[in-house]
Amino acid sequence: MSDSEGKALQAREKAEVTTPGEQLKPGLVFSPAIDIFETDKELTLVADIPGVKAGNLNIDLKEDVLSLSGEVGPPEGANEADLLREYRTGRYFREFRLGQMVDQSKIDAALKDGVLRLRLPKVEKAAPRKIAVKTG
Amino acid sequence: MILRRLTGWPSWGSGWNPFGEIDRIRQEMNWLSDALTKGFLKESSAGVFPLMNLTEDKDNYYLRAELPGIKADDLDISVTEDSLSISGERKLPAEDEKGTYHRREREAGKFSRMVTLPGPIESAKVDARCSDGILTVVLPKAEAAKPKQITVKAS
Repeated sequence: MSDSEGKALQAREKAEVTTPGEQLKPGLVFSPAIDIFETDKELTLVADIPGVKAGNLNIDLKEDVLSLSGEVGPPEGANEADLLREYRTGRYFREFRLGQMVDQSKIDAALKDGVLRLRLPKVEKAAPRKIAVKTG
Repeated sequence: MILRRLTGWPSWGSGWNPFGEIDRIRQEMNWLSDALTKGFLKESSAGVFPLMNLTEDKDNYYLRAELPGIKADDLDISVTEDSLSISGERKLPAEDEKGTYHRREREAGKFSRMVTLPGPIESAKVDARCSDGILTVVLPKAEAAKPKQITVKAS
């Protein structure tokens, strides 16, 4: 979009997640900003998760629910004293219920510069299954 | 007779808990001290992009900012003796026109911000690196600004 290139980028605080039930590990949990884009063939999900390395990222797709969770390492060294703290750090978590069938074997994930790009190809129309009714 | 008097007191089961008052005061003190200490590091709400954390140790200042999707080439960092400026532009790659967006939470645009440092630095030795979307700038303090140990001589 051409009009957004000229305007100044606004700062947004990260949205903290309040999950039902307690987290095992202490610490803040944030819900990352996400763009979801759908074409005929696939769903694309792009998430801003700065500070997460590929080894610390978990992507799970179970029964139509897609879960993203990423751990962040402690950014500061132990000896540093805070002078200004405008943002907090913590792990990321977000879940989505996907409306249609996604072909799990073809999911593609790429993490670069703190941005995760998930490509979820849609399954070709599943053949309708006839269910035989036994009479007994 | 004395033994019986000693075992009869205090009676915990009567419903009055003498430590209940103290517990309540302790919890209120905890809450109060939390409110005071966390207040100093209060976040600015909707400040200027990018939000930064500035920390220091004996030798350096460390400035960190979260800049997902921004490569080192898109960033312009300059320092003077006591301030640091960061500017650049965040671009989002255009997606296929034939699809539809269900969510659009990430934003693109230009940003520019200057921050004044609490003390002088050696601008020639500043080191900046950007990895996993986090920018870390290490600013070594000028020699005059580093704390020096003073030995106390016993006379």
